[in-house]
Amino acid sequence: MNNDEISSGLSRRTFIKTGLGAGAGLSLGVWLPALAQMGGPGKAGAAGATGALEPNAFVRIGPDGVVQVVAKHLEMGQGSWTGLATLVAEELDADWDQVEVIGAPADAARYNNLFWGPVQGTGGSTAMANSHKQMREAGAAARAMLLAAAAERWGVEVGDITIDRGTVTGPGAGQRAGFGDLAEAAAAQPVPDLVFLKDRKDFRLIGQMLPRKDNPGKVNGTALYTQDIRLPDMLTAVVLHSPRFGGRLSGFDAADAKKVSGVVDVFEIPSGVAVVARDTWSAMSGRDALRAEWDDSDAFTGTAGELMARYRDMADQPGTVVRADGDVAAALAAADTVLAADYEFPFLAHATMEPMNCVVRVDAEGCEIFNGAQLQTGDQMAVAQALGIEPGQVRINMLYAGGSFGRRANPHSDYVLEALHIAKHVGRPVPVKLVWTREDDMRAGYYRPMYFHRLRGAVGPDGKPSVWQHRIVGQSILAGTAFAEALIKDGVDSTSVEGASDLPYGIPNLGVDLHSPVVPVPVQWWRAVGSTHTAFSTETFIDELAVAAGKDPVEYRLGLLGDHPRHARVLQLAAEKGGWGAPAPEGQFRGIALHESFNTRVAQVVDVSLDGDGAWRVHRVVVAVDCGMAINPDNIRAQVEGGMGFGLSAALGEAITFDGGRVVEGNYDGYPVLRMNQMPRVEVHIVKNDAPPTGVGEPATPVIAPAVAIALHRATGQRLRRLPLKLG
Amino acid sequence: MIELTVNGETHELDADPGMPLLWALRDHLGLTGTKYGCGAALCGACTVHVDGRPRRSCVTTLRVAAGKDIRTIEGLQGPVAKAVQGSWERLNVVQCGYCQSGQIMAAVSLLEGNPRPGPAEIDDAMSGNLCRCATYARIRDAIGKAAEQLAAGEPG
Repeated sequence: MNNDEISSGLSRRTFIKTGLGAGAGLSLGVWLPALAQMGGPGKAGAAGATGALEPNAFVRIGPDGVVQVVAKHLEMGQGSWTGLATLVAEELDADWDQVEVIGAPADAARYNNLFWGPVQGTGGSTAMANSHKQMREAGAAARAMLLAAAAERWGVEVGDITIDRGTVTGPGAGQRAGFGDLAEAAAAQPVPDLVFLKDRKDFRLIGQMLPRKDNPGKVNGTALYTQDIRLPDMLTAVVLHSPRFGGRLSGFDAADAKKVSGVVDVFEIPSGVAVVARDTWSAMSGRDALRAEWDDSDAFTGTAGELMARYRDMADQPGTVVRADGDVAAALAAADTVLAADYEFPFLAHATMEPMNCVVRVDAEGCEIFNGAQLQTGDQMAVAQALGIEPGQVRINMLYAGGSFGRRANPHSDYVLEALHIAKHVGRPVPVKLVWTREDDMRAGYYRPMYFHRLRGAVGPDGKPSVWQHRIVGQSILAGTAFAEALIKDGVDSTSVEGASDLPYGIPNLGVDLHSPVVPVPVQWWRAVGSTHTAFSTETFIDELAVAAGKDPVEYRLGLLGDHPRHARVLQLAAEKGGWGAPAPEGQFRGIALHESFNTRVAQVVDVSLDGDGAWRVHRVVVAVDCGMAINPDNIRAQVEGGMGFGLSAALGEAITFDGGRVVEGNYDGYPVLRMNQMPRVEVHIVKNDAPPTGVGEPATPVIAPAVAIALHRATGQRLRRLPLKLG
Repeated sequence: MIELTVNGETHELDADPGMPLLWALRDHLGLTGTKYGCGAALCGACTVHVDGRPRRSCVTTLRVAAGKDIRTIEGLQGPVAKAVQGSWERLNVVQCGYCQSGQIMAAVSLLEGNPRPGPAEIDDAMSGNLCRCATYARIRDAIGKAAEQLAAGEPG
């Protein structure tokens, strides 16, 4: 899908007014006409976390003057709620302080991700990219209705009225009104057929540093996550899972567990044995007292090392062709010297700070869910199917997620269905909160898949790469999911090869092929998905070719980026700001890497030193990023800092391994994630341009590991090709 | 019965003395600002103040917590807390936000004991608090800014 240019699908006569009672103020929504017919205004309303009914629209202005922006995207840390509100408030000329954000109810017809068809979800760094026009149009339409109402009230022309930071002013004396004063009258105005968006030079909020809308609740402890939901009569559940993927429960003894004070019930569900209790500690204590036997005849009982050996063997044979430019075999045969490199990438856990959890209540109307759902309507469909009800009967309250990085967009709705099975068994309309412990979360699978890469290439007489052959071996994330049909083409899972199949460097003979072994370890997208491995192999290998050609790695890349001026610019900016070509500080070594993911180009210059015993330390990272129009530069910087840190964490020490099929790592001791004393200084430089905005949540993540590996090569002469990066 | 003094208020709890303070705060007292992250004192998301010192409530039993002065994010007050929380907002520190109650509790403790910590002291004091969003650079800056502001006697 080309996400560079998008349209919200809005055109004349596509604004549809929602049905709202008198006095409710102005409310309007915008959506594709065809999809609106599927849903219809006023249908599928959902109760918010407070129990109030929310309208299905993007903007609501109350008589109190509060502008409510209904966010169709999950706020899992990446600033989507602040970004969506910025877009609406910009066109509305609202005061930032009068704007509030609430999560939209799950509704594929109205709140779909415009890049994904009739699916509501947040991912692929698309929150701003898919909705920037839609949200601006929603704000502009509300503004037009406020203007029309003011013109009518004051008997003046719309053109003589201005709006500045939430205040509407007419030409005559005393003609001033707030949004709240006009809301009811504005609701009676016709919804405009056509709206005009501001010229960039008139932006007041876009491009500015604005305080995040979720700041107050997140610094005073009142922000609500799934873990924090407390409802009357709610029970808390934990589940004893099979210690091996594919293991089946063959028996359990609940006698001791049921004796634990507070435990209400213990019963089998499809994914294990549920212990339901009055509170979390009782549920955990009950589970500790539970004994279960597992049938491992179909279970995964191997190790990561055995799997990697199998992948390595597979790489000796050609895989499914992904890309074949020129004649790779002939060019390799003709080369004087062929460089070859094998790369190994481990399974990785998302390890969100908030472990997976979900609150479910099955009631007479259907089902109510409280969750930080990343793929709302996927979960909604799965739950509806399991209960034999309509998706509209599954009401999802969108809460903040305590991190997700892809995990809460499980294509199988794993933890959501687990919670549902428990709530269903409990039977009564009693809400059940499923809580996973850290160990449950880390051992539940759905990892970034393990990958093996093999690269072969050669330098031609002109010094440029004459041939590049890239073989990738690793599990398909999409196989067996609802996305397979759309995103697996000719046997190639696009998420396995992204970043490799679209290599930006001009190389005449270029081949990419893929093996997708079937392995019983559940896998899933993990921040930056395919680029988490392809950026590493491609960038370190282009560096090997540059070194073999005796060229500066920046000059070398620039010579191959003729068709990609935005890549070239971002690389040059990072090189310039990061002091490429100048010596690094005493005892430090410099590396550089460039990668595009989710249509955003990122280059990073790192300064690394050796820390003894094979350890290393990053002191400074200078980043250049081109993500099109900068909606909120400070949030872009925050995402680049954090996204880089996420990638650095994996490069330093993350790996999931198995002992006889059991996941070895269970908590942050065995699975170390980045700590403050490992966080380098970060400088972020944003390329200024007017292109449509692209993603920022993920693209900084994959670039750091290759930049570090290149710096470590300069420091030691060693080429590290296995993640995490340990010096020999 | 266990007597627990939280944010200046005393509660009588009929609970297992072996229960971690974290779950008593969250499930019994409704103070959900203190988060569960690891249950093993590895991440710091559950940090509270016990008699003025930062403690991991996930491994502090009610038996140990009883009779002590416990403070959670909900009860945080005073000039240092105000400066830290204000600084956090001004620098847009938070992302997912789940760890931030614990980060703020740790930062307030740090500045109450050491009003002008250097960069290495900040890293030392804060490295037990994980942030998976890696907001560390901003946490570091926010602590520095809060310290400057307190030293200058500026209001939060």
